[in-house]
Amino acid sequence: MSKVRVLAGTHKGAFILTSDGKRQQWDVSGPHFAGWEVYHLKGSPADPNRIYCAPSTGWHGQVIQRSDDGGKTWEPVGNKFSYEGTPGTHMWYDGTPHPWEFKRVWHIEPSLSDPDKVYAGVEDAAIFESGDGGKNWTELPGLREHDTAKGWQPGAGGMCLHTIVLDPSDPKRIYVAISAAGAFRSDDGGASWKPINRGLHSQYIPDPTAEVGHCVHRIAMHRNRPGVLFMQKHWDVMRSDDAGDNWREVSGNLPTDFGFAIDVHAHEPETIYVVPIKSDSEHFPPEGKLRVFRSRSGGNEWEALTKGLPQSNCFVNVLRDAMAVDTMDDCGIYFGTTGGQVYVSADAGDNWAPIVRDLPPVLSVEVQTLA
Amino acid sequence: MLPAHLRNLARVGAEVTLEVASPATIGATLDALEARYPVLCGTIRDHDTLQRRPFIRYFACQEDLSHQGPDTPLPEAVLTAREPLIVLGAIAGG
Repeated sequence: MSKVRVLAGTHKGAFILTSDGKRQQWDVSGPHFAGWEVYHLKGSPADPNRIYCAPSTGWHGQVIQRSDDGGKTWEPVGNKFSYEGTPGTHMWYDGTPHPWEFKRVWHIEPSLSDPDKVYAGVEDAAIFESGDGGKNWTELPGLREHDTAKGWQPGAGGMCLHTIVLDPSDPKRIYVAISAAGAFRSDDGGASWKPINRGLHSQYIPDPTAEVGHCVHRIAMHRNRPGVLFMQKHWDVMRSDDAGDNWREVSGNLPTDFGFAIDVHAHEPETIYVVPIKSDSEHFPPEGKLRVFRSRSGGNEWEALTKGLPQSNCFVNVLRDAMAVDTMDDCGIYFGTTGGQVYVSADAGDNWAPIVRDLPPVLSVEVQTLA
Repeated sequence: MLPAHLRNLARVGAEVTLEVASPATIGATLDALEARYPVLCGTIRDHDTLQRRPFIRYFACQEDLSHQGPDTPLPEAVLTAREPLIVLGAIAGG
């Protein structure tokens, strides 16, 4: 029987949660890298035993840890993230030029085919790649050197490249998202990039339909339909049917279209999930009810999923990297909260149960389906 | 003497004894530490500039050496291993 392995990055370390295909009984290991902030860890699709993890602390900066045995043991690998050339400036909160400075890794994205190849999205926004299992990191500078980059401004969480989506049908095609610059696509393996923000509307920027400047929170894709993208923007849930060239809003009947996480059912490309959050100034669920919303029509018509989730006095947040799906026949949906819970639904969202309740604030959730 | 996170990272105890070529300065001592434990590169000093990270401090013999330059010689008591050079994580965070 297949197994699942959930990788949870938290404010104070990483945790690994494993279960059989029923997803009812769970073993919990961790904290790994206790005391370190783990924004993200993710396994290689090409070799599930290989997991990359990005712990950091304010004292010691960024390290990258790699496991080759499914998270039992770890080895520090390379942690030197140097921008190519003279980095120049982007725009600071007050509109003045500000030097590009590396702060941390937000997101690790292993290659779909090569266990030694892995990408890292960092703050200040840039994308790095490693071809040797994380020992050495090289920036793909075409993104940071884009004509619009001098005008990129940080979002409230910093100017972070937090989303990397790889196209399984085209190894040269990469999508990224940056707060608060927007979404970008490369069709040449990361050498050059184009903004893909047409159709986004952001009232909080001077030109609401500008080419860049949108606070994109997360992009999700179904691997069988890589040209269809779903986006949770700061406000608005969006959809593109042409690889990001054009977007349209599909927020529909959501109680609020602010949020961070979004994901797609493993076997149903038109079934998508979001966790609505009250507003940009109140990062918790509306009415204190923790509800996942599911659309089976690719957006616009949404249903609230509540069974097993707290429906009163719940004021946690679900962050952008904290939702994932497994590929079991009955697709499992997972998400973590800033209250330290990791929830699972083994039936595509109909029923939920906590795997753990009292972790440190959960920053990211990934899941591996193991043979 | 290293803070807890760096002991775990380098898989060493609290104290590390190093042989440092003369003149044994703060910078040369950290060079020797990083040469023996490359995993510590970037965790005490910036990779490129070798500037001390903001929340790291260097103490020895009841003195704060953090703002001394890298070419500052270590106190005699440290050179003869009677006192440690303490690499300290500042009291910060949550």
